[in-house]
Amino acid sequence: MPLPPAAGIGFKPQHARALDAPGAVSWLEIHAENYMVDGGPRLALLAEMSQRFAMSAHGVGLSIGGEDPLDPDHLARLRGLLDWLNPARFSEHLAWSSHGGAYLNDLLPLPCNTATLDRVCAHIDEVQQYLGRQMLLENPTSYMVFDDSTMSETDFLARIGRRTGCGMLLDIENVFLSAQNLGFAPERYLDAYPLDMVGEIHLAGHAPGDDVLIDTHSAPVTDPVWALYARVLDRIGPTPTLIEWDADVPDFATLQAEAARAHALLTRRVPA
Amino acid sequence: MTQHGFVAALLSDAAPPVGAARFEVYRNSVTAALSATLAEAFPAVAKLVGRRFFDAMARDFLRAHPPRHPVMALYGDALPGWLKGFAPAAALPYLPEVAAIEQAWRVSCHAADAPPLDVTRLATDPDALTLAPHPSVRSLTTRWPALSIWARNTDRPELANAPAGEVLICRPALSVQARPAPAGTGATLAALAQGHPLGAALPDGAPHAEILACLFSAGALIERTP
Repeated sequence: MPLPPAAGIGFKPQHARALDAPGAVSWLEIHAENYMVDGGPRLALLAEMSQRFAMSAHGVGLSIGGEDPLDPDHLARLRGLLDWLNPARFSEHLAWSSHGGAYLNDLLPLPCNTATLDRVCAHIDEVQQYLGRQMLLENPTSYMVFDDSTMSETDFLARIGRRTGCGMLLDIENVFLSAQNLGFAPERYLDAYPLDMVGEIHLAGHAPGDDVLIDTHSAPVTDPVWALYARVLDRIGPTPTLIEWDADVPDFATLQAEAARAHALLTRRVPA
Repeated sequence: MTQHGFVAALLSDAAPPVGAARFEVYRNSVTAALSATLAEAFPAVAKLVGRRFFDAMARDFLRAHPPRHPVMALYGDALPGWLKGFAPAAALPYLPEVAAIEQAWRVSCHAADAPPLDVTRLATDPDALTLAPHPSVRSLTTRWPALSIWARNTDRPELANAPAGEVLICRPALSVQARPAPAGTGATLAALAQGHPLGAALPDGAPHAEILACLFSAGALIERTP
């Protein structure tokens, strides 16, 4: 099943029975690493859900921006899962998370220059060839600027897309947070971003902060992010859109209401 | 900045290599996320020591044993052994055993699926049967009543008075079960795993009938396929 140009949610096992209601949401996304196990209840539930919903698999552990070579064991685990699940989409992050055999369980930043561009493109070529499918690349949340960046993140992403043929996962919350943290206008970022390559959009909410806003996926989407989302839809039309809520996960009705708000913008039943 | 330097600073209190204050966002996030992963994986340990103690303990642990790969479902396999040498928890000598039960539970939960032995096969063709432990089977021996302590801290009243001794954990279908097991159960399973026939696998002097009753009722055996 392809991803419909509609609203999806991140699948949480505690919402499995609420999803029995017809039309509850249009599609589901999972974190691929959570399902890299040999058997048991997690996989059984995922198998059941994948019979009923279009699925997107979102990876957090490939370390595409890493200085180290890609981990062949992890690539094999990923291919095993994707071959079994056959999701409509697979996406990963412009970030690194492993080095020297240690996995940090976080999305760590890299500078945007020609050396990192070559490395990221080589890794994406390897991933797409090994998996036999296109991947989408998600823009990061930034907290600091690198002295050795020589090009903008939007230019960096566009060049990666052109060189590797990967698509883009546009995380509008990440654009908003980076803009707040680094002091730029998110609209200008979006104007420079390769919108023609977008295959999926992420929306999320964050914990309040003073000095720095952290990407927590722990709250409702904020009004400025909804406004940026509407602006993007005006440019590229209806696009599969995920409500990400991974910490302090609310009841299903709350998630569904967020998805409904995205759906209303997707179908233009209400003004932004 | 190299990624090597970044990682070294993330997993220590060293001065940030880059970005000063904003570097702390990453250090805090790495520590908090891994600590939360461990607290979710070891709920009884977290309850026994309290969350503040657990987070401080987890910080020391994850710096000594950072994850080796991105699959968090089993991260923490080194925690039970590491706890034995963690001096601040020495007043709770049963803590490593409780942690070992929680880790065995996770391993069992995520192990490969397999249909348990159809016991009617025993009646029809017992000589043709070669038995093996179910892939989800984990057995361990406790010196403290760790199964009871675990049960009382994870709301499992049916095991609240389980004694010290052997523990059998397995998942014949989709739900994991833990139970006290007679002495010799673990040795029997180890011998079966090595391919010994059932008769030879039961240790001398052990309560054979009790071991068999435990293994069959738990669904801990499968038929070994040639």
